[in-house]
Amino acid sequence: MTWETVIGLEIHSQLRTKSKIFSGASTAFGSEPNTQACAVDLGFPGVLPVLNEEAVKMALRFGLSVNADINKNSIFARKNYFYPDLPKGYQISQFEIPIVGNGSIDITLDSGENKTVGITRAHLEEDAGKSIHDLYDDFTAIDLNRAGTPLLEIVSEPDMRSAKEAVAYAKKIHALVQYIDICDGNMQEGSFRCDANVSVRKQGEGLGTRAELKNINSFKFLEKAINIEVERQIDILEEGGSVVQETRLYDSIKNETRSMRSKEEANDYRYFPDPDLLPVAISDELLLEIKKELPELPTEKKLRFVDTLGLSHYDAEVLTSQKEVAEYFEKMIHQGADAKLSANWVMGDLSAALNKSQLEILDSPISSEELFQLISRITDNTISGKIAKDVFKLMWEGKGSVDEIIEKQGLKQMTDSSAIESIIDDVIANNPDQVQQFKDGNSKLLGFFVGQVMKASQGKANPKQVNQILNEKLS
Amino acid sequence: MHNLTIAEQIKGLKNKDFSSQELTQHYLNRIHDSKLNAFISVTDDIALSQAKEADKKIASNESSILTGIPYAHKDIFCTQGVKTSAGSKMLDSFISPYDATVTKKLNHENMVMLGKTNMDEFAMGSSNENSYFGPVQNPWDVSKVPGGSSGGSAAAVAARISPFASGTDTGGSIRQPASLCGITGLKPTYGRISRYGMIAYASSLDQAGPMTRTAEDAAIVLNAMAGFDPNDSTSANKSVPDYTQGLTNNLDGLKIGLPTEYFSEGLDSGVEKVVMQSIKEYELMGAKIQEVSLPNSVHAIPAYYIVAPCECSSNLSRFDGVRYGYRCEDPKDLNDLYLRSRSEGFGEEVKRRIMIGTYALSAGYYDAYYLKAQKVRQLISEDFKKAFKKVDVIMGPVSPTAAFDLGSVKDPVSMYLADIYTLSVNLAGLPGMSIPAGFSNQLPVGLQIIGNHWSEELLLNVAHQFQIRTDWHNHSPADC
Repeated sequence: MTWETVIGLEIHSQLRTKSKIFSGASTAFGSEPNTQACAVDLGFPGVLPVLNEEAVKMALRFGLSVNADINKNSIFARKNYFYPDLPKGYQISQFEIPIVGNGSIDITLDSGENKTVGITRAHLEEDAGKSIHDLYDDFTAIDLNRAGTPLLEIVSEPDMRSAKEAVAYAKKIHALVQYIDICDGNMQEGSFRCDANVSVRKQGEGLGTRAELKNINSFKFLEKAINIEVERQIDILEEGGSVVQETRLYDSIKNETRSMRSKEEANDYRYFPDPDLLPVAISDELLLEIKKELPELPTEKKLRFVDTLGLSHYDAEVLTSQKEVAEYFEKMIHQGADAKLSANWVMGDLSAALNKSQLEILDSPISSEELFQLISRITDNTISGKIAKDVFKLMWEGKGSVDEIIEKQGLKQMTDSSAIESIIDDVIANNPDQVQQFKDGNSKLLGFFVGQVMKASQGKANPKQVNQILNEKLS
Repeated sequence: MHNLTIAEQIKGLKNKDFSSQELTQHYLNRIHDSKLNAFISVTDDIALSQAKEADKKIASNESSILTGIPYAHKDIFCTQGVKTSAGSKMLDSFISPYDATVTKKLNHENMVMLGKTNMDEFAMGSSNENSYFGPVQNPWDVSKVPGGSSGGSAAAVAARISPFASGTDTGGSIRQPASLCGITGLKPTYGRISRYGMIAYASSLDQAGPMTRTAEDAAIVLNAMAGFDPNDSTSANKSVPDYTQGLTNNLDGLKIGLPTEYFSEGLDSGVEKVVMQSIKEYELMGAKIQEVSLPNSVHAIPAYYIVAPCECSSNLSRFDGVRYGYRCEDPKDLNDLYLRSRSEGFGEEVKRRIMIGTYALSAGYYDAYYLKAQKVRQLISEDFKKAFKKVDVIMGPVSPTAAFDLGSVKDPVSMYLADIYTLSVNLAGLPGMSIPAGFSNQLPVGLQIIGNHWSEELLLNVAHQFQIRTDWHNHSPADC
């Protein structure tokens, strides 16, 4: 029996406004508990919310980036429930009429194919505070610094068919919100959080009963959580049972999901329009202004890399999948670096070194200027590509600039033909047997001669010239 | 001094007939001698230091109109460093860390706060019997209620223990006690006065306003209270006229509408007589009287008692015993903390409305109750819109009866039904006033004047002209 997985994601993206969505308190992360919550955030008697226009503009940036319908009059509603980290006893959110309506985004699958994922809606809401259960034995501590931080909740259609697709979509949204500068994307700090609605069904049948997975704070865990949940659901169904609609918590240590609350226990949120806030009116002028201010979006950038820089779709996709990577690469291009060579270095050695040291590209010890210089030394034949890898390592270790390293280590490429000729002459003279075999038709031996010459020159001989002169001398 | 109106006290302060400190001390003495229970807190120290400050300003010619005038603040307005209880056990221990916008504005004028007045808990009630701090007595007859929810404010002004008191009106809470205590009360257009720092009962209906002896005083005070507040998204970004400017306008040709529905079954004959006599007075001033119809006003009670409880059920969720206010003893767990803090901290009427609102907003009932009530609200607004095409103001009774006996109305629905003439105004967001219009069985009766949106100037003018020709507003209860 084949089962089909159906996944929809709800992504909470923290907007990077300076102040909170309904108050003037700061949104900075990591302050002393309860120092960044004003009377409004604390839900004191008599306080009223005032909408932060920046948050609205950021929501619109997102909406326009995914070609979504924008609701010209969206409504804030109260979502009522009791919890100690929810000071007012309700969360101000949007319910019936969200600011961003239907839109879509393209993701690239492993097969290289594109797939369009529908975005149902994106709405503005305030974050709750944090309950900390493990700080004291007998108490739960509450930090309301986060209360009132603006969130954009981005709800997808149930269009994903595997954990990998869900991750590809989540990464795409993650990249987009950073491209358009509305979210810092920091998953450790909770600035970007994913909930996954997961169900399975037999091919061709209607949607199965879903479980909502919460507490997922990395792409790796998103994939694991979905896969483990799919397995769980299939096991239940194959044993003749039925899946219960519920919220499940992902435990990344045990790699399992467990029930948090069932549908029956779910809150009736008693949504109703918040009488303290007017409908959010969006003018055509504002939309136009925001459209103008939008930066080049990842898909546009990707196409440009393909069309004007001649990169492959694959390379262009990888380079544009993260805003900072694209920026790093483009800085090299602006300085005049060869596009394909730059792409190879960024995606190859640089990326590997970053991964190994667990660094983000913004923290790279080798700047885009320095990598550009390194590449320039390859294209101007100062060093070979192979030597460049050694230079790169030394640069990474902070041993100096490109030229200093080449100079100090004497790595400059040998391009003097007569010097190369004399090495080649020595190699031919020292290997008469191999010369004979080559002349008898064993053309594979050319590599052996090249290797010997490079070895004798300590890798510095220009490989092109070596090949050329060897061919002449051996023919 | 306490028989002077605010307008007269302003002159007295200016002419150095008395100082603000003398005036303030005089009122504080009267408050302490009063047995009406009109105040929850009396703030002697603050009052005297504010009066001292006011006297300095007056001496150095830095004063504004209201500098040095004492007032009583309904205990629903947040006052920094002073208990702000909203008449509830829940907030008996709550010292506000900030000032409401209205408080700030009155402080800015260097007015003198005498104390915080008693009220029905969270402004829910029409008799002031729902206060955790005990009922207020009507100064005209201490066996009667003063009306509610701004009962303490109304009683204080009527008993001349404060020249002005702030009030709030969600379904009649300024106008009805003003009527029952024989004073002037104005509920302005929704959005005229900031709601920031005014503890919310029903956000889409709540509106603050002045409670004074005369319309002129109300105009002077409204000048200070009104205006746009960036902290309240529902406050109107609309300039504030000088409300005293139009007081003396002539009413010749004024078109007054009498809603058929306001003079029907249930209206006490004594009240009706007073209202009709006042209308005659207006005719003598040259006003033209005609009947108008507000056919949907019969639906105002059910619509109001859905909308207000829905909003209050959510507004009062913040009182959970977690951050401030009442917390039960030794909570066993989170649920116990919520359950007992709220059960013990709220009074019966508040709990009743929270339950009604929670029910009406629940899944499956929302459309039938909340949405339906919103539609009715729309229809009520339409009724007024039509009426105001024909007339300038609408007049009628405020309350079906004069003040009733303390403890006499036990059934909450009977109490709700008495709000029949005041609720529509809140549902439509209109301004409304109650002015002293006569007596029925020695108890004061108010005349209600309802205007179109933003017609406070006209309402005050219409009220002032009546007060020039009558002296009902100058009557005072015995012992005053």
